[in-house]
Amino acid sequence: MKRIVAGVLSAALLTFSVQTQAAEGKALPDYTWEFDGIFGKFDRAAMQRGYQVYREVCAGCHAMRLVAFRNLADLGYDADQIKAFAAEATVIDGPNDEGEMFERAGRPADRFPSPFPNDKAAAAANGGATPPDLSLMAKARPHGPSYVRALLSEGYEDPPAGFEILEGQNYNSYFPGNRIAMAAPLDDDAVEYQDGTPASRDQMSADVTHFLMWAAEPKLEQRKQMGIKVVLFLIVLSGILYAVKRKVWADLH
Amino acid sequence: MSDFQTTNPIIKWIEYRLPVFSFLDHAVGSKYPTPKNLSYWWNFGSLAGLALVILMVTGIVLAMQYTAHVDYAFDSVERIMRDVNYGWLIRYLHMNGGSFFFIVVYIHIFRGMYYGSYKAPRELLWMLGVAILLAMMATAFMGYVLPWGQMSFWGAKVITSLFSAFPLIGEDIVIWLWGGFSVDNPTLNRFFSLHYLLPFVLVGIVVVHIWALHQFGSNNPLGIDTKGPQDSIPFHPYYTVKDLYGMAVFLVFFAAAVFFFPNAMGEADNYIEANPLVTPAHIVPEWYFLPFYAILRSITFDIWFLSAKLIGVILMFGSILVLLILPWLDRSPVRSSKFRPIHKQLFWVFVADCVVLGWVGANPAEPPYLYIGQAGTAYYFAHFFVILPLLSVLERTRPLPSSIGEPVLKGGGPAMGAASKPMEKA
Repeated sequence: MKRIVAGVLSAALLTFSVQTQAAEGKALPDYTWEFDGIFGKFDRAAMQRGYQVYREVCAGCHAMRLVAFRNLADLGYDADQIKAFAAEATVIDGPNDEGEMFERAGRPADRFPSPFPNDKAAAAANGGATPPDLSLMAKARPHGPSYVRALLSEGYEDPPAGFEILEGQNYNSYFPGNRIAMAAPLDDDAVEYQDGTPASRDQMSADVTHFLMWAAEPKLEQRKQMGIKVVLFLIVLSGILYAVKRKVWADLH
Repeated sequence: MSDFQTTNPIIKWIEYRLPVFSFLDHAVGSKYPTPKNLSYWWNFGSLAGLALVILMVTGIVLAMQYTAHVDYAFDSVERIMRDVNYGWLIRYLHMNGGSFFFIVVYIHIFRGMYYGSYKAPRELLWMLGVAILLAMMATAFMGYVLPWGQMSFWGAKVITSLFSAFPLIGEDIVIWLWGGFSVDNPTLNRFFSLHYLLPFVLVGIVVVHIWALHQFGSNNPLGIDTKGPQDSIPFHPYYTVKDLYGMAVFLVFFAAAVFFFPNAMGEADNYIEANPLVTPAHIVPEWYFLPFYAILRSITFDIWFLSAKLIGVILMFGSILVLLILPWLDRSPVRSSKFRPIHKQLFWVFVADCVVLGWVGANPAEPPYLYIGQAGTAYYFAHFFVILPLLSVLERTRPLPSSIGEPVLKGGGPAMGAASKPMEKA
């Protein structure tokens, strides 16, 4: 009986995982990521390239309001480089002593400025669809990193025969419903990488996803490194307490 | 209370004025005799207590950084995740702590069902446990609303809207719950207030639950009463050390989830800020509510003057409230399923039914899931209202051992002397 029940349960769980994938459109490719697994770490070079893609392509339409320039230290940039990145941005500050808002160059403490003053302005400039904020994008979709990378690198395909695509829509095989407002953002050599890496569409998609995963989960490395120590400590503690338990109970058996 | 012996003058001084040491000794010490044959399934009560403590400590710290306002709630949680020192750790402990609380409590409940722990004279102990389950469900539901993500908002909307199913006053109840005409700032504020309050109510019920437990002590895997001192051992040091060991093992699993898979039991949609104008494709509650969500959605037909929605609501709450009368539905005099060959098998079928309902709850309410959910719901209630009452009469139970000591000591005589020794202290 237990075996039958176990069989039913595992069948149910298997169907469950298949079902969740089917609900999100095409099954996602099996990408591997350096930040996966219990020893996972971010790849600094990939994140820097990804930041370049974000800065030169994504940031034109997408906000990333939860990330500050100072956070870029995580990517391996030094204080001067971060100041330079921040200074490229224009930030509205104020009010000053005259009660006026004014523009100034960005500082490392500033969050990334948004490309549009509000969601309505963003929608108006983008054919009625608001480009979503990217701060948490890599966590805000099921299997986030693989979904983002697949959508950017492989998703834009010719629609199947008879699939109706309206004005301002694009076909994307990984997007739920397959109709996405964003036109394919990354063509080969859309950016010229500072480290000389060939900027293929797949390379840029992988790099920007790496950057987005950091933006969504900036404490990932700290968390996993601490986790290894904590779990090892608890395993040893469990072993010791098991020995104590055996010793205390020894006179009963 | 004066049976507490010590030579320490300070402890004596305190004990004379406030008998806290003898109280502890009777509660979890050498004066609390406990069946000697408890298995590791009996660890989950103390694990639930540990989970509750972890949730309260992390929750109190989170509340120092959280802002209960629709414009700031989502960002304040992200500030905790990014800028507060170890805020990510505290928040992931709290988030996963909720899931682990339900995991250990569900195991604790199923253990009680398998070994008949709800039967006389422990009916009130069991009913207090059901009250704890209801309180923690309410707390978890309101806590999930606080980060103000898409699932927070829409989950709150769906569940509070259920009350509109009640005839005549339904709509007014919903407006009263919301504090307005939609889920908005007043809703968030009162949920935060109640989410902070209810755990303390929960602690109160837990105290009474443990009080009731101490009246007759723990049930045990054989389900028979202790017949004398040879059947029991003092709680301390035997079960204190066993519970500590269990807690360490629990923490290994808990830490693995917190540090390596902190979002595995959450919904990706909740990392999107709440937007009342955009409905998520699939609104699903947290995993621990899925079986009840499946029961709620399985009713798609009106019966006489009762709307499908109202029947669904009644069945959903009924599926938990039925546990309150479980001691009177199962009249079999034998507690443990070890001696109930049919109940033993049907118990596992019931567990499987709950898992299937959970799976249905995670999927859209359409065929084939709908039909599986309807069958699962029917079986859920049939288990309580048909199977258990029938088994009480029809099942041929196996003979019970005469005492707990008997099967333990089957090996031979010499063990008897060794085993009875610690009992003399008790």
